[in-house]
Order: sequence, then structure tokens, then C-alpha cells
Amino acid sequence: MAENQRILVCAGTGCASSGAHKIIDVLQEEIIRQGIQDRVSVVSTGCHGFCEQGPTLIIEPQQTLYTQVKPEDVPEIVAQDLVGGKLVERLLYIDPLTKKPATTFANSNFFAKQVRVVLQNCGFIDPEKIQDYVDNAGYKGLTNALKMSPDEVVEEVKKAGLRGRGGAGFPTGLKWSFCRNSPGNKKYIICNADEGDPGAFMDRGVLEGDPHSVIEGMLIGAYAIGADEGYVYCRAEYPLAIKHMEIAIAQAEQAGYLGENIMNSGFNFRLKIRAGAGAFVCGEETALMASIEGRRGMPNVRPPFPAQSGLWGKPTNINNVETWSSIPHILKNGAEWYTQYGTEKSKGTKIFALTGKINNTGLVEVPMGTTLRDILFDIGGGIQNGKAFKAVQIGGPSGGCLPDEMLDLQVDYDTLTKAGAMVGSGGLVVMDETTCMVDIARFFLDFSQKESCGKCTPCREGNKRMWDILDRITKGEGKLEDLDTLENLALVIKETSLCGLGQNSPNPVLATLKYFRSEFEAHIVDHKCPAHVCTALLTYSIDAEKCKGCGLCAKNCPVGCITGEKKAPHQIDEAACIKCGTCLEKCKFDAVIRL
Amino acid sequence: MEWLTLTIDGREVSVLKGSTVLEACRRNDIPIPTLCHDPELTAGGACRLCVVQIEGMRNLPPSCVTQVTQGMKVETQNPKVRNARKTILELLVANHPLDCMTCQKMGNCSLAEFAYEYGVTGEIYQGERRNLPIDESNPFILRDPNKCILCGKCIKACSEIQGKSILDFSYRGFDAQVGPAFNVPYNESDCDFCGSCVSVCPVGALVEKQMVGKGHPWEITKVQTTCPFCGVGCNFDLNVKDGKVIGVTSNPEAPVNGKALCVKGRFGMDMIYSPHRLTTPLIRKDGVLVPAEWDEALDLIASKFGEIKKNYGPDSIAALSSAHCTNEENYLMQKFMRAVIGTNNVDHCART
Repeated sequence: MAENQRILVCAGTGCASSGAHKIIDVLQEEIIRQGIQDRVSVVSTGCHGFCEQGPTLIIEPQQTLYTQVKPEDVPEIVAQDLVGGKLVERLLYIDPLTKKPATTFANSNFFAKQVRVVLQNCGFIDPEKIQDYVDNAGYKGLTNALKMSPDEVVEEVKKAGLRGRGGAGFPTGLKWSFCRNSPGNKKYIICNADEGDPGAFMDRGVLEGDPHSVIEGMLIGAYAIGADEGYVYCRAEYPLAIKHMEIAIAQAEQAGYLGENIMNSGFNFRLKIRAGAGAFVCGEETALMASIEGRRGMPNVRPPFPAQSGLWGKPTNINNVETWSSIPHILKNGAEWYTQYGTEKSKGTKIFALTGKINNTGLVEVPMGTTLRDILFDIGGGIQNGKAFKAVQIGGPSGGCLPDEMLDLQVDYDTLTKAGAMVGSGGLVVMDETTCMVDIARFFLDFSQKESCGKCTPCREGNKRMWDILDRITKGEGKLEDLDTLENLALVIKETSLCGLGQNSPNPVLATLKYFRSEFEAHIVDHKCPAHVCTALLTYSIDAEKCKGCGLCAKNCPVGCITGEKKAPHQIDEAACIKCGTCLEKCKFDAVIRL
Repeated sequence: MEWLTLTIDGREVSVLKGSTVLEACRRNDIPIPTLCHDPELTAGGACRLCVVQIEGMRNLPPSCVTQVTQGMKVETQNPKVRNARKTILELLVANHPLDCMTCQKMGNCSLAEFAYEYGVTGEIYQGERRNLPIDESNPFILRDPNKCILCGKCIKACSEIQGKSILDFSYRGFDAQVGPAFNVPYNESDCDFCGSCVSVCPVGALVEKQMVGKGHPWEITKVQTTCPFCGVGCNFDLNVKDGKVIGVTSNPEAPVNGKALCVKGRFGMDMIYSPHRLTTPLIRKDGVLVPAEWDEALDLIASKFGEIKKNYGPDSIAALSSAHCTNEENYLMQKFMRAVIGTNNVDHCART
């Protein structure tokens, strides 16, 4: 083995929190100790997307993927693989479908079935080095754009059919043209990096792993629109993303991609970062701009639209991280190339964040129009612990829960909206048979009602009252009329709220009512939670025939409500039981009955 | 000027381009309930009570911020619109104290008026209610945040009319509330107590403290008058019950000031019944101030002025006038000094 090798260690937020930095340190020491530092380098990269299996590392050029690596595995990796040329088989990824180890990342189902356009650099370059980006055709899209007229750039983006990746799916090129055609000699562009949906982290992945793609996208947008100043509005909870963006901006300024007379084109553009203070509603455009201006982040009525009067009253164009990051690829490869992916009305690829009860938690990128089943089962590896799939929440707290029979839906803007969900930012929260849908609706509403800015009545008061009703149902205090009240309230909130938060927050309730009504009825009529989640509706008892009187349940019961003689059947005092389920977990004889 | 024609509830009406649907309705006597709208303040579209149905538009747009377009078809009273409004009112009432019997706003409360009109029961949505301390920190404004419906008008009155920006929203969602920064009581904020916030509050969240318990709207006669405190000439309504002034409220038609007033005009009228108020001229006799008739007092002043002028010259007399007086009164004062006394020694408390 004499060839040069690179070890790409994922140091995104997920892998970093499970010890990636320690692995990088040990790798560097070990490479020197085993004397191969001249031909092997260690690269700290952004997210590989395979968060469930983190920390992960990829060895190039072999494309070997090692998963769940611990610092103590490092000497073995160096000795056996890098020096000896033999795979460390126990660290290879075992595909849950084929049960076979994947010898390269490319032949694992997780990666093989993806089409990584926006994510193509994530995990493969050092995000802190502009040269890595440039070496991978970085700033080629900008070079091409600067040779075109601004109108031609707008046309190219229109032709590509790119639609806003932040959730609403508005055609990007059209949006640009509004701002471009808006009168005014000072215009702004903004990158919305206030990613806030529970279970969505694709924007974080891109900012951390490939910050220059966002800068390049914004440069192209600024040139097309006629803006000379831009902001990246990033939530403060993403410190690594902000750090990488700061480094990238400084390096781009030094390299002449940002600043005055960019690449001798006469085009000027400055980019600044603003950290948000942790309000979900600041992802809404008008609230976001208020926040940048230093005001309370509250949405304002439209018109005027940001394209007419936005930041500080100037024409402003806002796109989200993934949208900006798609732009360089379109300008680099052409609109026609981009439209090979996707459906008739939803072009290109989309990143999804897989979370919940799924085997392969992580970030995946697929062409628009891929079915949910392909995403969740082929790439996602199916449901954890062999449990049955129940639902997938798509589009975060503004989306909807879709059941099994909707799994063959093509994921695109129009199909999902018709089904009562939305693409949203692309969070996919997977639920299995142990998830209670009433509880899930309550969970998402809890989020929405707390994040409502409080400005308009239906969102502020209505979401709270929907939550109250759902809370009562999970406690067995619901009435059948509550379902009608919920439905009416949900529809009024949708139709009368000021911004997208209120207009979409009832979606999880409406979708669960539509697809899982029987579960609501079970809670109300039978006072039972079919998924055994709502503790107020559970009863625990001990089957005297199965109980051997081992006393393990009584020993572990945190409130001491289980009594019984040794080797004789035990009993649970129902009045004192807090329904924690410890006895059920501990019993070795299946004697504890939960109803 | 361009006129646009639209159809509201089947009726064709014409309005100036730039009008909102709400303005079009109001000009044509078509009732639309509003809580957060005030023609003197920027429109916020916050309460959502003024929603209507407009052909071709998604959802139910709020009429207060929706501009009229040519040929627009608006429905203001169909079952869907009325249901939405009723639901919004039910939501507001579900988080509002129902102590209307003892509320100072009784008879003048927009929320109560619309709740009555829409048959709101207050029983549909049960659950937590706001439970915040009442701000009784000052002698002028009584602030009960539990009655606040967060329409935001007080915030805008403070910033847009008064330019003070004492009030704003704080917290989020159900916990959202309105108040001074850091939630301090009014008297610890930079509030001047102009009471503009009180004048726009549609419910009993902000009331004139001095009037609490003194009378209901139907017992009060409003008498428009000019404020005696200074020369600006603000108008307001004296609220008179049983021949006694119990307080002052803004008169939106006031030509000089609209609803705006200062702390003196709005809250200083208790001086009318002050025992310390001078009701006759006083003349110092043997070191003691003794009540006198006007003629006696004026004769004394005239003779003393004449005496001083004769003995010491006109420049030994000076006049200091007050901002309490009108411009006309101040003019007369300097005219008197120059023409009658013969000096330029005139000055005014508001000069510097």
C-alpha cells in the first residue's frame, strides 16, 4: 500500500457529539505512530448524513465506510486497513435489508439509492478550506453566471423549475424576478437559516459541511437580482454552522469572491451573518426581517411583499439554505441537467431528515417524486426493532401524519399538499405501532402553540385550545363532540391566521383526525390508548397464573405499590400505581398485564 | 382620482383606489366587527375579526388590510365568515374574565358588543386562563392584563401618536402579553401617563383609574370642551354625571388633537373640585390674604401700576405670562404691556 489516502471523518454536530473530535485526534497520533503520515491525511468534514451510525469515517480512494467508530478502534483501523490493506469487518455497515456488510459507502443501500446534488460535497471536503470547495468545481456556477446577463440568470433558474426548499415551494426564479423588477437602487438578499422544525436538520448539514455552496448561491442570486448586500439569518442554536459560515465568508472575501468588483466583473456583494434568538416564527419572512432590524420577531401582513418593501423598506429576496445551495449546481451544469431529476412540477432533488423510529436516522437526498416507501424503507432501512410502521410526519409541525396506505405517494409539493401534508423543509418523523397518534398531534401542537408569536387571535388562542382538547382526550376526559370542536377550530385557525405558522399548525390535527380517527374514538369512548402511551388510560395488573413471585417487579417499583409473599403471586395497588411500566419491563415471566 | 367598483354582499359600490375592503364597507354602512383597527393607527391585521370571503382569494382575508381591486366580490356575512368570527370571539372570551358586571368598561366594551351580536356562549373552550397581576402602580391608569385581548392598539398609540414606545409585546404564544419593557409597572417605566393607550383600548384592560366606580356610559353626559391647561387648544369630553365632572375621555373628532391628550388634560381635571382652588381674588391686608371682589382687586392693581409707573417709570414693570393662557390672551398681555404700560418687559414661562 503506497498510494495516498484520505480519511474523511464526519465532524458534523451529530458525530461531534458522539466523539468525532477525539477520533480525529487519535487518528492523527496513530498515523504518526505507525509512520504513514506522509501518505495518509485526516480530514474533518461536515455531515455524511448517516447520523444513526455515527461517528462515521470514509477512507478514500477505496470508499470504505466505517460506522460507530470509537477512539479505541482507531489503532486497529490504522494497522489493519491503512497499513495492512485489509478491511476491519466488524466496523463495516451491516445493511438491515440484506444483512450483508457494505464494503464501500456507495454500495450500501443508504447511499446507493440517493442522488446527492446539494449534499455532494458534504462529508467529502473540509468545510473550513475554500480550496477544497474550489477544487470540487466550486465557484464555477458563479463564473458562468457572471458571463451571463442578470436576466439570463433569472431565466435559467426559472427554466430549472427550482422551487423554494424552505417549505412553501414557491418557484425560485419567479421570486427572484419580482425582486429584480422591483424599483430601487438598494436591494437585499437573505438566506433563511432559521431551521426550526422538530426533526429537520438538512440546512444545518449544508451550512456545516458545505458553506461555500450557500455563499456561491447567494452571489449568483445577488447578481441576478441586483443586490449588493446579503444576510445569513441563522439560529443561534447552530454554533458550528455559524462558525463554518464565518470562516467561509472570511476566506471568500480574501479570495475575492465577496467584496468589491468580484472576479473583475464590476459586481459588488457583501455578506453578513445574524444569529436568531431561538424563535420558530422568525423563519417566517417578515418576522425574520423584523428580527434582523432589531425588532421583535413578529410577522407582518402582506402586501407589501418583501420583494417590494422588505429589509429596512428595501426590495428583498429571501430563500432558504437548501434553495441557495442548489443554485450553483444549476448554473454550473445548466437548467436542463437539473430538470432530469424530479417530477413535472417539482424539479430537482430534495434533502430529507429521517428521524424517529427508523433504522437509518440521518440526512438523505433524493430526486423529487421518490416515493415515501423508497425513502423510508430502501434508504431509511425500515422501522427499528422490527416493529410495524404506523405513520410518518412530513413537513414538521406544519405538516401532516400520513399512514401506511399513503407510503406509495410520490414526494412532491402538490401530491403531498393534496394528501393533507406538505413537503415543508423536509423533516420525516417516523412512527411505529408504539406511537399514539393523539399524543403525537398533541406534541406538535404543543410546539406550535408555544412558538406562536401571539399577534393574531386564532393562532395564539386557538392552538392553545386545540392543545387543551387533545390533552383532555389523552387523559380519557374527552367527549365525542370534542372531535367536531377540534375540526371546526382547526379549519378556522387555518383560514384566518396571519402567517404560515397559524395557517399550517392545525395540519397535524386534521391529518391525524382524517387518517387515525379510530384512535381518537378509542381514547374517548373506550378510555383506552391502543398504543399504550397515554398513561392516564393504562392499567397494570399481574396475572396470578404466570407470576412466580420472584419479587423483581416489587423491588424495582419506584412507588412501592406492588406487594406479595415470596413465591406467591404479587398484586399491584392500582390507586398508587404511577403507570411507569417498570414492572412490565422487569418481569421475566410476562406476568404483568398492561391494558 | 381613480374609482374602483366592487360587489359587497351582492351590492355594487364604488370606492377610491387604495381603499381597503373595510373602508369600502364602512363608507357604505356595511357593518364589519373590528377590535384591532383604528383609522388613526397603522393597520395590523391582528385580531382577525374583520375577516371576509373574497372570490378567488384563499382563506378568509382580513378586510382591514386587504386592498380593493376592480371587480372584487366580497361576502361579509355568509355562514363561513360568521362562523370564523364567532369562533375567534369564543377564543377571546375563553381567556377573558367574565366580570362584566363590575367592569368599568361595561356598556362600552367592543368585545362584549360583538360577543352579544354573535351569540358567543363562553362555554365551548375550557382551560387555562391568563392570571397576571393587575398594575395599580399609579394614580392614572388601571391596567388589567387579564382583560387584554392583545389587539396591539395601545402599543401603536404609544409609539405612533405619542412617540414614546413604552409598550410592546413580550413572551410568546398563549403567554404573550403587553406591557412596558421588562414587565415593570407603569410607574417604573418612562410612561408620561398621557393615556393615549387608554383612549384606544377596546376592552377593560386599560381604564381611567379616577373614573372607576363613578359611573356607567349610559349615565354619563359627554360635554365637549377645550382644555384649560395650556394654549394648544386640545378638545376632549368632560364626562358629567349628576352635574359633576367625573373624568375626561378623548373625543376622536377633536379638531386640534384627535384622541391625543397629555397627562394634565386627561387626568388633571380633579382640580375642578379641589378645596385648594382659588375662587375669588385675594388681597394681602396687614400681612394676611383676604378674599376680595374682582372690582376691588382690579382697581387696586390699576392704581398700583399707575403709581409705580409715575414714580419709577414704565420699565420698572414687567409681565410674565403663562402657557395656561391661549395665544390670544398672551397677545393681549404683551399689547397691554407695550401700549398701556409702555414697556417691552414681557416674558413667558414657555420661552426657554
